[in-house]
Amino acid sequence: MESTVTYEGDLNLKATELRLGLPGTDESEREKPMVPVAVRNNKRPLTGSTDESKSASCASDARDGDRETRPAAKEQVVGWPPIRSYRKNSFQPKKTEADPAGIYVKVSMDGAPYLRKIDLKLYKGYSELLKALEDMFKFTIGEYSEREGYNGSEYAPTYEDKDGDWMLVGDVPWDMFISSCKRMRIMKGSEARGLGSCA
Amino acid sequence: MLMAHSFPEEVLEHVFSFIRSEKDRNAISLVCKSWYEIERWCRHRLFIGNCYAVSPRITIRRFPELRSVSLKGKPHFADFNLVPQGWGGNVYPWVAAMAQAYPWLEELRLKRMVVTDDTLELISRSFKNFKVLVLSSCEGFTTDGLAAIAANCRNLRELDLRESEVDDPSGNWLSHFPESCTSLVSLSFACLEGEVSFSALERLVGRCTNLKTLRLNQAVPLDKLPNLLRRAPQLVDLGTGVYSAEVRPELYSKLAGAFLGCKELKSLSGFWEVLPAYLPAIYPVCAGLTSLNLSYATIQGPDLIKLVSQCQSLQRLWVLDYIEDNGLDTLAASCKDLQELRVFPSDPYSAEPNVSLTEQGLVSVSEGCPKLQSVLYFCRQMSNAALLTIARNRPNMTRFRLCIIEPQAPDYLTLQPLDAGFGAIVEHCNNLRRLSLSGLLTDRVFEYIGTHGKKLEMLSLAFAGDGDLGLHNVLSGCKSLRKLEIRDCPFGDKALLANALKLETMRSLWMSSCSVSFGACKLLGQKMQRLNVEVIDERGPPDSRPDNCSVERLYVYRSVAGPRLDKPNFVWTMDEDFALKLS
Repeated sequence: MESTVTYEGDLNLKATELRLGLPGTDESEREKPMVPVAVRNNKRPLTGSTDESKSASCASDARDGDRETRPAAKEQVVGWPPIRSYRKNSFQPKKTEADPAGIYVKVSMDGAPYLRKIDLKLYKGYSELLKALEDMFKFTIGEYSEREGYNGSEYAPTYEDKDGDWMLVGDVPWDMFISSCKRMRIMKGSEARGLGSCA
Repeated sequence: MLMAHSFPEEVLEHVFSFIRSEKDRNAISLVCKSWYEIERWCRHRLFIGNCYAVSPRITIRRFPELRSVSLKGKPHFADFNLVPQGWGGNVYPWVAAMAQAYPWLEELRLKRMVVTDDTLELISRSFKNFKVLVLSSCEGFTTDGLAAIAANCRNLRELDLRESEVDDPSGNWLSHFPESCTSLVSLSFACLEGEVSFSALERLVGRCTNLKTLRLNQAVPLDKLPNLLRRAPQLVDLGTGVYSAEVRPELYSKLAGAFLGCKELKSLSGFWEVLPAYLPAIYPVCAGLTSLNLSYATIQGPDLIKLVSQCQSLQRLWVLDYIEDNGLDTLAASCKDLQELRVFPSDPYSAEPNVSLTEQGLVSVSEGCPKLQSVLYFCRQMSNAALLTIARNRPNMTRFRLCIIEPQAPDYLTLQPLDAGFGAIVEHCNNLRRLSLSGLLTDRVFEYIGTHGKKLEMLSLAFAGDGDLGLHNVLSGCKSLRKLEIRDCPFGDKALLANALKLETMRSLWMSSCSVSFGACKLLGQKMQRLNVEVIDERGPPDSRPDNCSVERLYVYRSVAGPRLDKPNFVWTMDEDFALKLS
């Protein structure tokens, strides 16, 4: 486009009597702004260049940069994408029947230095789940009975349900359990025994 | 030649009363001094697009007989959390002044303003004939304030809380409408979180026989809906509550029967938590619907398609991207009257697309819907070719907002910037008034916009451009520009200062995370007396940093009221005093 691009040297600053900045300030290359641009992967140099080849290479830099370090989630950028906050609250990714994503819950064990995460969808029932927990944390759970909970072990597997209550694992049907379990905790010691045994 | 003053004032006043549009009224007032005087005494409605552009005192002095006032506060980007909390926009000074000056005020419409319970209480007690309260995207009040409005406004016709943020401590506000209140025509409280008293609601709906608009909130369960509908079969605009319940045949048939009775229904919204099994209940009203808002409905493509294909009269559709490309194909084939389409993302923060919605869907609709003129579209890929097709298909487009979710995403086919595509949009759509850009964009797109965007009034930019030339092209080329909002673009001092005069012809300019220096802001504020140049910076006083340091945010707006007096401690107005203090 020939006609329009003559502005670079001719912004009519004199006509408007406006000058940039203070004496001694260099007008030509603007420094990178001190304000961090709030985009994680914004590789475009924030200079006043209008050279087309430079923009094209900037664009390719940006793309390559993006490919290497693209974040898994986009929440770093404030206000982007431009969606009102009341809309964000209604995002509940719809889990359909055939949803391949798992139901990951945190599992803590009393005395363990860090937590683990397991996918409840991998297990068909309580016995598989409990076996996996035993393997993961190297302990043994006792036999489950409705009357006495987990007998024969210091440990009791518990979970926090949707209401925020801590429940003993095994009391409700499996499907109900995996849909209401928010996280798990393997309790140890007298606390555990108190939960399992009838008062 | 007729002299203006040869007509008695009463005649002129009578003639003026037929002129309703604000623009025309403003034009009349400029003809001569006597017309200015006559006009100002008989102006009853006023729209103030920026509450800081003028003061209550000046407004009241010029227009002593207002009955309807509309005010807007925060800049648009406040919707996306780019304006820090506490920036301003408190309506109380306006209400306090109007309580004295306009005891017969009937209507107040506020957008993006801070409204406190005290303000609502004052409104409810000060204006004896108060009829219409619309609080759009407002905040700062609770349901206690609403209770005051309900209790004290005897002739209330319209209470609309669209998209406001309201604290809901008690939930009993609705019961404050006296039994004698029968005047309601429109009641919208979809944004409230808490429960309302269902029996109070039913009685209220039952006795307000002129009720045309009822928009419920999520706390109203589906089994309450049939009774409400039976009491208000004259409804034109319904927002459902939750649209889901256990599958119960008798609830379904009650619901279906109730909808069947609503022969005037033109607009449907709400639909939180939809259970598809209950959707067929609304099929009887679909053919007459002109507006459908399913943007909270997490129903999948097939159900959406079944629904939409029955709405042949649809003019406006808001929907989540679950509709996917093939749903939009159906829309294009079924809804030939469609004027406005908004497609919102269901999962904007995941890296991978969760639905099959691409540029193709929008292309289809642009092909199939000859009246399409307003678009808001969130998607993950776009091409110049698609934009060109859309532009050619729909030269009647007036509002075009495209949000490609990944910032600076290029044309996915050619990997080029999307300059040519958006260029085609502005070139072909001669009546384009509003445009939002996204994707990879260089200064070239702004050349196109400056050249062709002559009717463009509002432009939103993010992560675009290479340098000042881009901004300069927009400011110097877009003759009709009123609002320009920019975030994260490498625009700086040169273009801003070179186009300072242009800023006085606009309502406002917003620039955040750009390259505008503090020194330039000072200069602008110093030279342009009729602009308020606000530096909004949460890092502390801008003069504690060098002059060439960029400001976090800049908000420039024309004003006859001078610098505002209610600034929080992170906002500075660059005026003559400020510049002098520091030099």
